[in-house]
Amino acid sequence: MNPRLPLAAIVAATLALAVGCATPPSAAELDAQALAMIRASFRDEGIAKTERLRQDPSQSSCSSDQPPPPEVARRIEAQAQAGIRWPAGGQYLGDWREGEKLAQSGRGMTWTDASDQPAANGGSCYNCHQLDNKELSFGTIGPSLWNYGKIRRVGNVADPASATVVQYTWGKLWNSKATQACSLMPRFGHAGLLDEQQIRHLMALLLDPKSPVNQ
Amino acid sequence: MKLSLGLAAALCCLLPGPAAAQKSTAEGIAEYRRMLEDGNPAELFEAKGEELWKKPRGPRNASLEGCDLGLGAGVVKGAWVQLPRYFADTGRVQDVESRLVSCMATLQGFDAAQLESTPFGRGEMANITSLATWIASESRGMRFALPQGHPQERRMYELGKRAFFFRGGPMDFSCASCHSEDGKRIRLQELPNLTKNPGDGVGFAAWPAYRVSNGQMWSMQLRLNDCFRQQRFPYPGFGSDLTVALGVYMGVNAKGAASIAPAIKR
Repeated sequence: MNPRLPLAAIVAATLALAVGCATPPSAAELDAQALAMIRASFRDEGIAKTERLRQDPSQSSCSSDQPPPPEVARRIEAQAQAGIRWPAGGQYLGDWREGEKLAQSGRGMTWTDASDQPAANGGSCYNCHQLDNKELSFGTIGPSLWNYGKIRRVGNVADPASATVVQYTWGKLWNSKATQACSLMPRFGHAGLLDEQQIRHLMALLLDPKSPVNQ
Repeated sequence: MKLSLGLAAALCCLLPGPAAAQKSTAEGIAEYRRMLEDGNPAELFEAKGEELWKKPRGPRNASLEGCDLGLGAGVVKGAWVQLPRYFADTGRVQDVESRLVSCMATLQGFDAAQLESTPFGRGEMANITSLATWIASESRGMRFALPQGHPQERRMYELGKRAFFFRGGPMDFSCASCHSEDGKRIRLQELPNLTKNPGDGVGFAAWPAYRVSNGQMWSMQLRLNDCFRQQRFPYPGFGSDLTVALGVYMGVNAKGAASIAPAIKR
């Protein structure tokens, strides 16, 4: 409480309360009331705790029907990019067969899941993306990834010519907000949804020339 | 998940061949749903709900026929398409399910907190679902016209809008992540754009609904509950202000859309 609040403001506030708050709440007041309502309306259940409602800056900046100002978006992206953890030993690819299993699985992190460890989680990729075009049951929230590596002419992942694509792809999987501040895609590495090896498997699904995605 | 065996079986009778798969898959599913509409199991819940409305029950051995759903005590026809709305007796904006809790407590003597904490599908919560199903059926075909005349109703619309766009949880999801664009789908499930009127019988206008895939009758509170589960959020309180505010936001946006509740879903 500010002890130096002018008398006029105190009188005005008291009058407003007395007449039953005749003036409608301001946008800022509604923002605050909404946050309070959200916090008061949930309880813990299983692994899903109410602390999940605590927003980080990238979440709170992207919680509107309007995009954040460009300088805010650039700051979010830069911060996300700086926090990317690159794979040990420069080993970017795993096994595309394991990648396909992860892409098919939408499991994990809900209050009906027993564990919140990456081993219990899938990548949910087909929920939003087309990948192997033999799979008809794919979502359209994200762009099609059919022929992802082929289109980008990634033959040998170790080839320096492929480095930009390989690093962009790893970065996207680790923290999608690094390239798009308000991306709809979860931050699989950053949020601990998938571990390094699982992301390697997804990288292989996307970039291995032998992957069904690149046939 | 690969296409379920039943759905695949239905589709392979209807699809001309793999080349035309994309458009035909959506058509196939629409056809599957039409096949199911010949006898919607929701009718059983409607019948149960009507019985529960009229039967004297609870510690006070009273029926719910004195319950005001917004159009006056006992008036059920047309009430559903004007909910959620403000109620002077509780001083709250309420949806049909939280209003049923109020009426079951006030008229019949049930314990409100106990009702709200009963899991979906069990005991009195199953009865609330049946009642909501019947109440919705009494407005079938009518068009949404939620009132926004009271300041609390307008406030709840604004809070509901903000809640709709609130990103949180380990996957950064909000309602808007899936429901703020036209023409999107998760896997093969089409997603209505709930920031506007998505059309007759779509979105807010399609619940309560019977879900064939799990054999369950889902009210709007359960639909929202499972949305939050899949958003990786914690557990929303039954009839909480958040759930009611989201109902106001979606219902006001759906103004003019015809309700088809109770519907049938995959």
